[in-house]
Amino acid sequence: MSGVVEMDELESLMASRHADGVHSRMKAGKVAVAGVGGLGSHIAVMLARMGVGELLLVDFDAVEPSNLNRQHYTINHLGSLKTEAMRSQLAEINPFIEIRTRDIKITAQNAAEVFAGYDIVVEAFDNPEAKAELIESLLSAGDTKIVAASGMAGFGSANMITTRRRLKNLYICGDLESEADLGLMAPRVMACAGHQANMVVRLLMGLEEV
Amino acid sequence: MRVNGDEKSLNGVYTLKDFLAREGYDITRIAVEKNGVIIPKTSFESETLDENDRLEIVTFVGGG
Repeated sequence: MSGVVEMDELESLMASRHADGVHSRMKAGKVAVAGVGGLGSHIAVMLARMGVGELLLVDFDAVEPSNLNRQHYTINHLGSLKTEAMRSQLAEINPFIEIRTRDIKITAQNAAEVFAGYDIVVEAFDNPEAKAELIESLLSAGDTKIVAASGMAGFGSANMITTRRRLKNLYICGDLESEADLGLMAPRVMACAGHQANMVVRLLMGLEEV
Repeated sequence: MRVNGDEKSLNGVYTLKDFLAREGYDITRIAVEKNGVIIPKTSFESETLDENDRLEIVTFVGGG
């Protein structure tokens, strides 16, 4: 058996628990993740496990100790750029997808250029002004669908976290009110990330309702 | 006027900027759609409203 055949077999075995018809739709998908912190690191991992064909990871931060209570990084990643730390983890999770990275701070001026070619952008920033700015820039520029997050801090009921469709091309996950000063911790942040990742999967499957 | 599905009256306010200020929105943390079209922050001051308009205002809180 040649190495190529083994790799093909591995990819198909890895997707063998996917529902019918999902793997090919995921493989054809291109998704950008704006911010690979608490939300974005987990979303990138989930989309890699789903086999989304191309992921663009955008962040300018390095991994810090305060990230480890909720972000998908380890002690070994401290000091590394988040984009690079995430790229190396994704390559081990699913080597059959293409990972692109940009180490850049997103602004109203560069958003259209950075996300050009991506029909689905995940907003996974921490800062509310940055969230608003990215959404305004991309929604006024074209038909990009944005899967955003607002309100996942604290340890209130996880049942408060939902996915809503607001505006024409905006999906918002979260409880819409729990702000960062309540503390940001893994369970609720990851619940929200799960909502965002599943909405991306639904969009890639051609489903636009939440 | 409909704002996020609820009936609201302009009561003498003419611009989007003034309406958002009266309603207490922090304009740095919101995205606004008027009649299905995104209105950039730079246009809030020049964007006028009438009683037939439909506004959707999304507010973001910090954390991620």
